[in-house]
Amino acid sequence: MSSTITTAEVATTPQKHPKSKVKTKSWKGLAFTSPAILLLTIFFFVPVILCFVLAFTNARLISPEPARFTGLDNFQRLFTDPLFWKSLRNTLYFTVVVVPAQSALALLLALLVNGQGRGKNFFRTVYFVPVVTSIVVVSILWRFMYAPDGLVNNLLQAVSFNVIQGTDWLSNPSTAMPAIIFMSIWQAVGFHMVIWLSGLQTIPGEQYEAAAIDGATAWQKFRYVTWPGLKDTRTFILVTITIAAFSLFAQISVMTNGGPLDATSTVVFQAVRTGYSQQQTGYASAISLFLFVLVLTVSLVQRYLSRDKDLR
Amino acid sequence: MTASHSAAPRPRRKVTAGGIGAHAGRIVLVLFFAFPIVFMFVSSLKPDEQIFADLGSLRAFLPVGHLSLDNYQATFDKVPAGRFLLNSIVMSGVIVVLGLFINSLAAFGLSRMQWRGRGFVLSMVLATLVVPFETFALPLLWWVNKLPNVGFSDGILILSQGWLDSYKVQVIPFIANAFSIYLFYSYFQSIPRDLDEAAKVDGASWFRIYRSIIMPLSGPAIATVSILTFLPAWNQYLWPLMVVQSEELRPVMVGVSYFFQLNVEWGPMMAYSTLITLPVLALFLAFQRSFIGSIASTGVKG
Repeated sequence: MSSTITTAEVATTPQKHPKSKVKTKSWKGLAFTSPAILLLTIFFFVPVILCFVLAFTNARLISPEPARFTGLDNFQRLFTDPLFWKSLRNTLYFTVVVVPAQSALALLLALLVNGQGRGKNFFRTVYFVPVVTSIVVVSILWRFMYAPDGLVNNLLQAVSFNVIQGTDWLSNPSTAMPAIIFMSIWQAVGFHMVIWLSGLQTIPGEQYEAAAIDGATAWQKFRYVTWPGLKDTRTFILVTITIAAFSLFAQISVMTNGGPLDATSTVVFQAVRTGYSQQQTGYASAISLFLFVLVLTVSLVQRYLSRDKDLR
Repeated sequence: MTASHSAAPRPRRKVTAGGIGAHAGRIVLVLFFAFPIVFMFVSSLKPDEQIFADLGSLRAFLPVGHLSLDNYQATFDKVPAGRFLLNSIVMSGVIVVLGLFINSLAAFGLSRMQWRGRGFVLSMVLATLVVPFETFALPLLWWVNKLPNVGFSDGILILSQGWLDSYKVQVIPFIANAFSIYLFYSYFQSIPRDLDEAAKVDGASWFRIYRSIIMPLSGPAIATVSILTFLPAWNQYLWPLMVVQSEELRPVMVGVSYFFQLNVEWGPMMAYSTLITLPVLALFLAFQRSFIGSIASTGVKG
């Protein structure tokens, strides 16, 4: 593990080296950065700007006629579209459950496998396996496991001595989203466990020793040493999980296709359905713009919360 | 007496109820995280009837009964799996290799050279970090359909419009990556500047400093960026779903849709899932420390 930690630390905590006072000609700097700038401009900045522009037009993916400016029509449609509100509600439902559950479980895992030793490393590796498994594969696998006569129901029956009979998880509007939430946490929690772990490494061991001398209990050590020491990690984890949760798509596409009765349609799923399947780029851009604003709000809140220690 | 005690390499940990509980928890969690994957591997070797027959017992997780590679045979009959694998390997490879070059070059320009406009470019790159792909995927879809193609045929320049249904539309948009630039940038900041200043005095060009001093010292950053660009490239799903129609251009993840017809054949499907998971899983187990380290390095400063 030691090699891992040094990698992480070197990559993320730049030591201060005095900057060179010699100025270089701008064109030389640009020569190094321009390939990346050019590609980022074409494939990031232009589409983001297009998102703002196309949202106010009737652009279609493939159309012989040029797009026309239609003012706020798309937004008027958006805010009166019951499917949009349903998708937004589903997305928020997913987010509100996944963010606290996944970050808490990830922290629990991190605490369980923190420290040295061959055994700990084995556990870390196993918990991380779902992360390197594609979410598409994971979704297929769980779709099979969630079937009426699938593994999940069999397991529930076995552990409850046939008291719980289970249901057809993905075809039942009230269980489809919880089933997807459970699976999504299973897949991604190892990722955030690793990030909590790297946060735990930054807490100096002396603080724990001092707490031990003062006779602190395990809970007190967690409450007064670990928890405050994880402040930055906490903000980072909450924000990354939130943004990832807003972008929920692959699970829906593979497992339920938005159903049953649109109970699992999400904002991104609806954007893809209108923008790709129905080719209404203008309307899809309006949906995307809404998502963009949502994501931006979250990251601005993060900026505000961690304003003391900024990136540079 | 005391000598025999002090010879013990480390003091034995006290066995507490909490310690036993934690260990039991760890083991239950191993089952929780590993069993679905084990189930996938094992089921890929069983005929459909046996998969269903075994569901009710622990046999579901054990390679027992009638085992064969028939499902794999069926997979290759049903899906051009070889082609899909090749597509994904080549496209992810190109994204990783070109990405390493272009993004480290940009990070070098931002980290080592002081020039007018540097701060502006750096802040532009950092500003892109929080925006997920899904927010601009649909405008991007419209946009790539407008991009021009330049080709030559019999010595004549041919211009056409639209990048849809090609390899390049699956590769070129993902080469430049703000996050990779940021990771290289932070790493380069930790390399002492005396090294390049000395080389500068000796008359080395900036590119030579990049190639002969900075990059050879950046092994860990190269490993991190490779892993963090390979995984999403291999797992591409939403984008190829929208931009590719031709079968021969498809990557592995899109191939799963072949199995969702009227009758889902689960055995072959598990075989296909295993097939597209194994390469990544093998890489992960071989470079497990680098994988976990690279994820860890994304977190601390964010």
